[in-house]
Amino acid sequence: MSEATEKKMVDVFSDIDRDTALKANPSGYAVTEIAAADDRVLTMTADLSNTLAEFREAFPDRYIELGIAETNSVSVAAGLAACGYVPYIFSMSPFGMLKTAEQWRTDADYNHLPVRLVGRLSGLAMGYFGTSHYAVEDIAIARTFANTTVVSPADQHAVLALMRGTADCEGPVYIRIAEAVDPVYDTVPDIPRGTWPRLREGSDLTLAAHGMGVGLAVQAADVLKAEHGISADVYDGGYLKPFDEAAIADTAARTGKVLTIEDHTVNGGIGAIIAETVARHKIAADLAQCALPDVDLEVGVPAELYEYYGLTVAGVVARALELTKG
Amino acid sequence: MPADITLERGRPASDTELARRADWIRLQTIDLIAQAGLGHYSSTFSCAEITATLYYHVLRLRPGEPRWADRDRFLLGKGHVATGLWPVLADLGFYDKTLLKQFGKVGSPLNDHPNMKLAPGIDFSSGSLGHNLSVGTGMALAGRLSGRDYRTFVLTGDGELQEGQVWEAAMAASHYKLGNLVAIVDANGFSGSGPTSLAMNIEPLGKRFEAFGWRVQEIDGHDIATLKETFDDLPDAATSEQPTAVIARTRKGQGVEFMEKQPQAWHLGLLNPEQYADVVAEITARMELAGAGAGTDGGSAQ
Repeated sequence: MSEATEKKMVDVFSDIDRDTALKANPSGYAVTEIAAADDRVLTMTADLSNTLAEFREAFPDRYIELGIAETNSVSVAAGLAACGYVPYIFSMSPFGMLKTAEQWRTDADYNHLPVRLVGRLSGLAMGYFGTSHYAVEDIAIARTFANTTVVSPADQHAVLALMRGTADCEGPVYIRIAEAVDPVYDTVPDIPRGTWPRLREGSDLTLAAHGMGVGLAVQAADVLKAEHGISADVYDGGYLKPFDEAAIADTAARTGKVLTIEDHTVNGGIGAIIAETVARHKIAADLAQCALPDVDLEVGVPAELYEYYGLTVAGVVARALELTKG
Repeated sequence: MPADITLERGRPASDTELARRADWIRLQTIDLIAQAGLGHYSSTFSCAEITATLYYHVLRLRPGEPRWADRDRFLLGKGHVATGLWPVLADLGFYDKTLLKQFGKVGSPLNDHPNMKLAPGIDFSSGSLGHNLSVGTGMALAGRLSGRDYRTFVLTGDGELQEGQVWEAAMAASHYKLGNLVAIVDANGFSGSGPTSLAMNIEPLGKRFEAFGWRVQEIDGHDIATLKETFDDLPDAATSEQPTAVIARTRKGQGVEFMEKQPQAWHLGLLNPEQYADVVAEITARMELAGAGAGTDGGSAQ
């Protein structure tokens, strides 16, 4: 375990250092910007106020703390939304969509209300804290709700793009924040609603990912090209609902091989979106997933866990090579 | 109804009128349930006086403009008694009475539980117990944020108070000093499968709400004069800093003798033709007895 001393837990909660707010806490930065342009916007947290230092300073009267009571928070937000407000609830992912799924469905989704849930610390981001703190099933749940928009930004610039892009959604939005991401975009990208930016053009296989998986996909594509002469078509699937049906059908038909990468279980995430879509379009394509297995998960520092489960550049390259050989 | 006609708070309604209105709700309810084939009788009957008093005396409403920003909000936490609300909303002009004929049919906006997306006059959907006091807390917070003086009323069942989320909301409402929020507990002592106290004791209710920082009024939920007085004396919505819990002690199945004796059996069911006739006869006789000079057109069944 000598490596464990190198890979330690990182404090991802604080945005006290204002100069680095965008880098360290892009969702807190983005909601402050959105609120400046729209006085209907409120923020709420279930004891996660330290992620909103900037917002609270700018708009102290538009921040509502509801304590460690996530289910109540979602229903209170629905009541506020029914009276014309646009509340953004900041929560830890495992206690957001997972704990409040029924309140979300019945109060926010069924009633088409503009409630936003920003899930910090998604996937295995809280690895060392234990499996109670994992949010690895949340996308599978969120995307079954008919009126809910689901986004999973690739990096801090994508957080701004997708939070700006969903700010005027009439229905509810789930924004899943990945904490440990490799930068993908140099500036804030323009991502029309429901579209998947094509980050690399290739013909041998497709890499489709969301959240932290996108950075891995881009880097893996570069390794595949430089070291193996394999060209990958790479997509940022940050819009998980609505998703880019046309792009999936197009790339799957061209490459015939799709590898998905996500910090989520193999059930119901982007891997399932691809499988369902190619089946619906009757496209013959080989599919593979870099994702978390459908078993009890291990506990540890995130960086080590990602290595263990192959959610690394090397892991993606290895799966891509298997897929292209097959 | 024209959009700008406001039904003001405290509009005149005699105790007799409101008592007859409650019985009218009962008669309308049995007709709607007969139409649908199954329904919640005894829990609708336990809150009939509360519903009548709120809609014909207490709430500030604009039936022609159901989403009017300054209306008082009414949330039916115990959504399974919406059957008793549909005829009231039709009578007040939120929608045409002919809509009642579609009750329970595919495509109808009126169902066993209320849906805000479908039915005018429904301030929030319900059906999943325990949610609406939280939603009402959000609406009351919105009233404070927007500087409007509307009140938000949430009618809950007593069994519903077993849901933990209710107490999360109770905590938040007093924390935020929401004097514009009123919880009314239809404490009829029964939930779906039997006495509430046997399923999970929730008493002492008054002390529990007090401990959560609420102003508590414990009353007879069938006594019209007391209901009127309780609601007339609510603290000022704009300035009061304490939410109010009205613990309305009621009888499940109130107003129909055989249902009062077997409230649990009539939580969900369907009257046979003989029982239907007995219920109509019992209620109609009472209304006629009370009706002389009551001055309401609400006394006749369909």
